Amino acid sequence: MTMPYYVAPEQVMKDRAEYAQKGIARGRALVAVTYDGGILVVAENPSRTLHKISEIYDRVAFAGVGKYNEFDQLRVAGIRHADTKGYAYSRDDVDARSLANLYAQYLGQVFTHEMKPLEVEILVAELGKSEAGNRLYHISYDGTVVDEERWTVLGGDAEVIAGRLETAFAEGWTLAEAVRACVGVLAGPDRELSATDLEVAVLSRTNGTSGGADGRRAFRRIEGGELAALLSGPGAGG
Amino acid sequence: MSLYLFAPGQDPGPSFFELLRRIEPGQGPIWGAPPPQGRSPSGFEVRHGTTIAALRYASGVVMAGDRRATEGPSIAHRSIEKVFPGDRYSAVAIAGAAGPAVEMVRLFQVQLEHYEKVEGTALTLEGKANQLAQMVRAHLPMAMQGLVVVPLFAGWDGLQEKGRIFTYDVTGGRYEETDFHATGSGGRDAKTTIKLGWREELTRDEAVELAVEALFEAADEDAATGGPDPVRGIYPIVATVDSGGFARLDDGEVAERFAAVLHRRERAEGGGSR
Repeated sequence: MTMPYYVAPEQVMKDRAEYAQKGIARGRALVAVTYDGGILVVAENPSRTLHKISEIYDRVAFAGVGKYNEFDQLRVAGIRHADTKGYAYSRDDVDARSLANLYAQYLGQVFTHEMKPLEVEILVAELGKSEAGNRLYHISYDGTVVDEERWTVLGGDAEVIAGRLETAFAEGWTLAEAVRACVGVLAGPDRELSATDLEVAVLSRTNGTSGGADGRRAFRRIEGGELAALLSGPGAGG
Repeated sequence: MSLYLFAPGQDPGPSFFELLRRIEPGQGPIWGAPPPQGRSPSGFEVRHGTTIAALRYASGVVMAGDRRATEGPSIAHRSIEKVFPGDRYSAVAIAGAAGPAVEMVRLFQVQLEHYEKVEGTALTLEGKANQLAQMVRAHLPMAMQGLVVVPLFAGWDGLQEKGRIFTYDVTGGRYEETDFHATGSGGRDAKTTIKLGWREELTRDEAVELAVEALFEAADEDAATGGPDPVRGIYPIVATVDSGGFARLDDGEVAERFAAVLHRRERAEGGGSR
């Protein structure tokens, strides 16, 4: 029988954290901000079909960075949780907090007990009836949950981008202002990002109240012409 | 409630119905449960919904249902709803035992939305119709005990650019209707009315009026079908599905259509009382 080498727990955790951080840092960043009509999420993502931002439930959205297959599995698990909960109780009983806690539990469990931590960082956003009810839960690879107030940044270069967003953020700005600022913040001073490099979605309080929809589902992607128009509007480049 | 993660071979995929089976084996939705053997549900009266109708017009489909639920000879509910959105581009109406029928619709709605969210794209109309067929088939054991649920499904087919109507039988058989259909205890009268008034390229307003008239005729002949009730302000539910999606008409518009039908009827009868 072979005895495993002794490795100090501190070292194990540190190695795992480093491994996860490296994986996450390789990916492109994502920012989420509140604006006057809801919550906006902007990600740098050249793919049109492999989404980083998705709908979970009526007023809850999911965003992930890092390894696609890992956060996508979490996304589907989130939809399953929300749909079973809404089906068993009522649609209003589904909230972001309980889902964020489940994710945190799972990520923490994997981080401490499995060989390999998940190389993901995720966001669970919930649109409130008013701005004060908005929730942004930022969950790290080790299960740490941070309840963010007005904005958050996930993924590679998060600290630098957060620094830029801190100065750019304006309380109660419009969607167009917020989109342009977020894109500028993601790109940084030396780059330009066009509509094809971006994935943009909102949880909007005024979503789908026309055209037959009942406005129950607040999630909406902003794509193609609509995104291009927002980006090239007055005051573009800010 | 927990986070449902599955090994690759066990994954229920985008089906909510399969997911329920995995996480609660043997529990499932109430209508999918095996019924007590060898007994019919006698000794209690089951609440029944009655007449529903759907017809195609130039740019979509109209679906309508009366509001009455009966338990045997008595009226159990005056304002039950039998027409529901399936998702944004489809509508489903139910006739039969109200309890399992409403539950089936609820599950069907979650099933469609669940698929759309997991897969990132909505099912085709054909796919939705087949999903509903599977649910009706799963309900067969309860139908054998007398709790029959027969849905009517209609929607806008984005691929073919037209409205389509699907009907079902208790065994889960799925049949596409070319132009119109009505079912439930007053379905026969409603269907005849539509048959006489239907023609190709009806406008939306004409189609709505025809649907309303069909329900009026059904209520006239069938005790279990409720007519318009201006005293309580209860009118049938009428909804349209076109390229813009599902839209339920407000009671005001339905009341107006009823008034138009009644007005025409009064003139035809010459004010006599027959």
